[in-house]
Amino acid sequence: MSTSQTKRDYSLTGPENRRAQERGLAAAEWYETPIPRKRLKELMKRKDGPAIRDTIVWLVLLTGAGIAAYRSWGTWWAVPAFFVYGLLYASPGDSRWHECGHGTAFKTSWMNEVVYQFSSFLVLRPATPWRWSHARHHTDTYVVGRDPEIHQPRPPVWRIIIMQFAHLYGGPRDIKRMFMHAFGVIDKEEKEFIPETEYRKTFWESRAYVVIFAIVIAACLYTSSILPAMFIVLPSFYGACLMVVFGMIQHLGLHEDVLDHRLNTRTVYMNPVFRFLYWNMNYHIEHHMFPMVPYHALAALHEEMKGDCPKPNRSTWEAFSEVIRALLKQRKDRDYTIRRELPPTAQPYQYGPSEVSRVRGGTETTTA
Amino acid sequence: MAQDENWLEACAADDIDEEDVIRFDYEDRSFAIYRSEDSEYFATDGHCTHEKVHLANGFVMGKIIECPKHNGRFDYTTGAVKKAPACVDLKTYPVKVEAGKVYIRIG
Repeated sequence: MSTSQTKRDYSLTGPENRRAQERGLAAAEWYETPIPRKRLKELMKRKDGPAIRDTIVWLVLLTGAGIAAYRSWGTWWAVPAFFVYGLLYASPGDSRWHECGHGTAFKTSWMNEVVYQFSSFLVLRPATPWRWSHARHHTDTYVVGRDPEIHQPRPPVWRIIIMQFAHLYGGPRDIKRMFMHAFGVIDKEEKEFIPETEYRKTFWESRAYVVIFAIVIAACLYTSSILPAMFIVLPSFYGACLMVVFGMIQHLGLHEDVLDHRLNTRTVYMNPVFRFLYWNMNYHIEHHMFPMVPYHALAALHEEMKGDCPKPNRSTWEAFSEVIRALLKQRKDRDYTIRRELPPTAQPYQYGPSEVSRVRGGTETTTA
Repeated sequence: MAQDENWLEACAADDIDEEDVIRFDYEDRSFAIYRSEDSEYFATDGHCTHEKVHLANGFVMGKIIECPKHNGRFDYTTGAVKKAPACVDLKTYPVKVEAGKVYIRIG
């Protein structure tokens, strides 16, 4: 663990990338909780039923909220109605994008792909680049210079955090990239993780997004109203707040540059409504350690793993306030890291690639 | 480990469940040995061609092996890529079963 107060370069094209490779942190072997093979196979088993049910429920709720929002347009009731519509658009959009990107939500491949493409547009993420970005995130989770999805650097940039609650940092960045892709341009950072064979697909997906944007803008001009955009595109911004909370509690405040998801990832107990919206990604240590276990089996996986993991946060609020406290401390001490005790039944933490770095109890922080 | 004209004894046939995979290491190389639903045996290189993740921890569905990390998929009977992020085919190896033992030829 670095003790330097020097600001690190979190880009994928800077010196930290090579440093991570030299330290054996890139594409490394990560710690895995031992689970009997037979049980793991049961947990990895794919089903269509739960995801079909949840997708129907989601779309019915979204349609219902949309009708209520449409009918209330022009009254003050439109404010809560569109707020609910936005939450149902962006938060499940994000979680369905995520889970279908892993290819585990449905057993049937084309169903994963259809919902992946649909939800990628809802959250304005170019589908193919983000698929590859997320693959890298799983390979090198919170390894500086390698992971393109580190939510915040140390110290955090509060301007970006606040902007993100209305998707005003990531949204414009992804829209800019979408237009670049539509014109056949891939930026330097994306070239780090998208293979050239995927460029053509990237360009055509972005062109489809641009066409949808053009239709929405034309509809707004034709009706002389912002209403069409309130249903398509803008909910990604005004409905983003819960998605941001879910995203922030996944990893922030925990370790960087380690090879054990128990050190850099947070599992949080959530209420059933949030678990539905988030598709059980509150079991985030479990998801990172065994990403091919579908969302509907994560609660059962948690039961298998909990004796080997630190205690989960007891609520979304507890996790979020823990993150905010950690980020505030990192303003003055960029190395501030939340340290979690392991239960006596757990295997020691794996801080780095060598045996020397394995330390029991989580109270020391040596690295290889 | 029995060796005969580059045939290596990898495991007992019963060591692998139907529709499953196990790891077999030999010297500095690593392989994945598969048993299909029909109790046919196959062998491929052990690591996914996308990144160094061992396929023996993956999930077997019919003739498909899925990488446990990124959902890359291969037909383990031919080594052909079936799903990104894997882009390069897996190398396959001849397999025979004799007297309840699985042998692979890596030469």
